[in-house]
Amino acid sequence: MAEVSLRHRLAERGVDRTLLLLLPAVVLIVGLFLYPFLYGLQLSFTPKTSGIFDNYRTFFSDPFQSETIWLTLRLALPAALFNVLASVPIAYKMRGRFRGKRLLTAILVVPITLGTVLTAEGLLTYLGNAGWMNRTLEAVGLIDEPIRFVPGYWGVLLSLVITGFPFAFLLTLSYLSGIDPTLERAAATLGAGWWERFRRITLPLLMPGLAVTFCLAFVLAFSVFPSAVMVGEPSGETHVISLAAYRAGWEQYDYPLASAIAMVMGGVELAVVGLVLAVRSRLYRGSSGGKG
Amino acid sequence: MRTFKVSSVLVWGAVAFFLVNLLALIATVVVNSFARSWFDTWLPTEYTLGRYAEAWQEFGLLQVLIVTVIVALAVVVVSVLVGVPAAYALARRNFPFKRVLMLLFLLPILIPPITYGIPLATVLYKFHIAGSLAGVILVNLVPSVPFVIMVMTPFIEQIDPRIEAAARMCGAKTGAIFARIIGPLLVPGMLAASILVLVRTVGMFELTFLVQGPESSTLVVALYTAVSAAGIRSQQAVDAMAVIYTLSMVVLLVVGLRFINPTQLVSAVREEPRD
Repeated sequence: MAEVSLRHRLAERGVDRTLLLLLPAVVLIVGLFLYPFLYGLQLSFTPKTSGIFDNYRTFFSDPFQSETIWLTLRLALPAALFNVLASVPIAYKMRGRFRGKRLLTAILVVPITLGTVLTAEGLLTYLGNAGWMNRTLEAVGLIDEPIRFVPGYWGVLLSLVITGFPFAFLLTLSYLSGIDPTLERAAATLGAGWWERFRRITLPLLMPGLAVTFCLAFVLAFSVFPSAVMVGEPSGETHVISLAAYRAGWEQYDYPLASAIAMVMGGVELAVVGLVLAVRSRLYRGSSGGKG
Repeated sequence: MRTFKVSSVLVWGAVAFFLVNLLALIATVVVNSFARSWFDTWLPTEYTLGRYAEAWQEFGLLQVLIVTVIVALAVVVVSVLVGVPAAYALARRNFPFKRVLMLLFLLPILIPPITYGIPLATVLYKFHIAGSLAGVILVNLVPSVPFVIMVMTPFIEQIDPRIEAAARMCGAKTGAIFARIIGPLLVPGMLAASILVLVRTVGMFELTFLVQGPESSTLVVALYTAVSAAGIRSQQAVDAMAVIYTLSMVVLLVVGLRFINPTQLVSAVREEPRD
């Protein structure tokens, strides 16, 4: 009897055999994510000479290493911001139903299929000294000498925009499609112009979604690695933090230092995401109209 | 209404500018992959198909493609089998520490792959799993399973639990409810999740890169290694390989868009009422 009543009491709190369905996923994430993460955290505090903060001290006392935080943010923040801000007007024009919407969406999403290598190769050739861009500008007479676009900061930024934009756009379009269009029409009957309708109705309802989109775009851009090597200057202005972590671990075989850099990277990234989400929690997050 | 038109022109103009440049960028790589050599001219002087044969042989593309297909399919199957039941439990039950669990499932998506990839690869090297096909599949499960859970939980929530209750009242056992009621209703969601996971896995660079070995590198990683590794390799052959990669991704995306409406990723679409 005691066993039955315990089972009943647990069932009242929602604990029953259905929760066993969670078991494989929990085992997998704990085993392959949480345990390695904690192992890495522990590894990053392995003393080398003087104390448990050795690896962090190595990272922060060497400007070539610690500078990577700034170099990465300098790429990831503008890229994420641009991708989100550019998606808004395009998605705004594309909400609702019109002929060819599916085709246009597909075309805008094409860059997902390119991959970093084709993007990088394309940027190097297209924007290179003898590339079509410089040739066209010279033919039109805008420039006399080829402009050096790549490799460097701008090349990596462009590659982040090309590969990151489709994701930001899809999410923004998806959030925007979830806003009830009758709300705007109600405002229109009250005499609001399109800008006022956008600023007072659509934008406030869209902001929480935009915050999430920004976070995901930022996460994507912050882990920039292959393109920083291929179209950037991997030892100069695009010496990004993931590259520093990779070199420490896979070229110098210093796993504790690599783990420490990885932890710093996670910390900086979560700080930015946390800040954005904190701002988001202050925004209106009610129903966006219609049912639920 | 005039400002409205100006804004339309601006937006579509910018989109057209972006697309023209993107097209030119893709065209550069495609043209280059067919070129014998291409120096200071608008177009290459001689064309050849030889670069594709070169890429195919020199980079062992057959092996690489087989590995990519195996890894992608294995990741899709396992993450759906593990993720969908978990999503069902999360959608239907409220239990203590549910929020903690949700956070645990969210973290692998929010934290950059390199951050957990480096310790994960270190652990896998310690247990001698890294470098093998199994190692590559395991690391790719880490972001995929939470991804399936995140996509499927809202999907399951919108299925009315009264349908299950009604089936149970009519005498269906739990197995029958899953096989004949929930399962068929979930098929569209599972297809969408599978295709998204497939595209993500084929394109996943960082995690695969950290644990791959000579026999277990996927197409993205092989491409990157072809670019960065020392040795005399023609850029045209690399471009040919990149074109092959992009073509396979396009096929995946076209197949995917037949099953998914991308605008419905996070919420139901609210269309203008048709009148």
